[in-house]
Amino acid sequence: MIAVLDDPVRRRLYDYVAGQADGVSRAEAAEAVGIQRTLAAFHLDRLAEAGLVDVSFRRPAGRTGPGAGRPAKLYRRAAAEHQVSVPPRDYRGAAELLAEVVDVTGAEPELQRSARSRGAACGRLARRQAPQAPDGDLVTGALEAQGYQPYRDGADFRLRNCPFHVLASRYPPLICGMNLALVEGLLEGAAVTGLEARLDPRPEECCVTLRVSEELPSSKTNES
Amino acid sequence: MTGYHLAQLNVGLARASTDAPELAGFMAGIEPVNAIADAAAGFVWRLQDGDGPGATGLRPRGPDFMVNMSVWESLEALRDFVYRNGPHLDFMRRRREWFHRMAGEHLVLWWIPAGHMPSLDEALSRLDLLRSAGPGPMAFTFREPYPAPAEPVPAEPVPAEPARLS
Repeated sequence: MIAVLDDPVRRRLYDYVAGQADGVSRAEAAEAVGIQRTLAAFHLDRLAEAGLVDVSFRRPAGRTGPGAGRPAKLYRRAAAEHQVSVPPRDYRGAAELLAEVVDVTGAEPELQRSARSRGAACGRLARRQAPQAPDGDLVTGALEAQGYQPYRDGADFRLRNCPFHVLASRYPPLICGMNLALVEGLLEGAAVTGLEARLDPRPEECCVTLRVSEELPSSKTNES
Repeated sequence: MTGYHLAQLNVGLARASTDAPELAGFMAGIEPVNAIADAAAGFVWRLQDGDGPGATGLRPRGPDFMVNMSVWESLEALRDFVYRNGPHLDFMRRRREWFHRMAGEHLVLWWIPAGHMPSLDEALSRLDLLRSAGPGPMAFTFREPYPAPAEPVPAEPVPAEPARLS
């Protein structure tokens, strides 16, 4: 099934669709990727057949009844999760067992420390690769490299995808805490001081939000 | 809505006394987080005592053994508050700063007839049942929930077991 993504044009189309909050039309996808609409339609339908995107239909706004025209076909990232491994490996099963052990042994502080270091390494790498990049672009690129789908929400950034979704739904405080530590570490490693990571869960999104740091006049506190 | 509500008991072994600096973050967060619970969709009731914020004054099984207990209209309502509310999720993320890990489950859920106010003894016997027999319709967890019963159940069907400190 993932062979469907071998084609680079199709891959770019998939990445575009997967990064959007709502369904996108053939015309929007074609324009975003810079190809003809008919070619985009062809590839989008192959992605839908493979189950990687979901299809819905929408009439143009304000038009109803006969003569309103055909409803537009919209493509959206599939809700289903796909995991492919050749040869077969069961990382999810291992991850669930490890999460359970961290949970029952109370090793969350150690998990958060490790996550923070790992995030910091990613942040440092991103900063080395683009020392002059504006903080927002740098953070976006580094998060994308880690499997997040960041998008702007006013001055803040939200993350459309939870890279640990299945685990997070089984062990929310454990995995969301690990996730927060990863993103905090990433910001530290990238020497980004204008943003801070917060837990702010929303349905179907990552629990972490990046907010513009509030300037604190004197000493910094952790209490909220 | 069914004729049943969901009761919840959470227990923890504090790392220090409630007036110690180690627990300052926890104690400071109790009132704001409880206020969010009180205003949350599906919230019915929570245990309080007059001695300290929330139920922090109660110590049913030793000086460090702290409890919180509440009643909700549904499992989803409680889940939304516990896991999908930013301040509460953040509170839970930090729990190891304030509480020791416990041997055995620290959270138990069970169904009660709507209008029934569970006692702390009833709640602790449900926790004991969960710890001794594993999740079942009388005492269960978020990870292994059971549906509300079809028939009315007596309010206190679980025989009290000897207290188990862990």
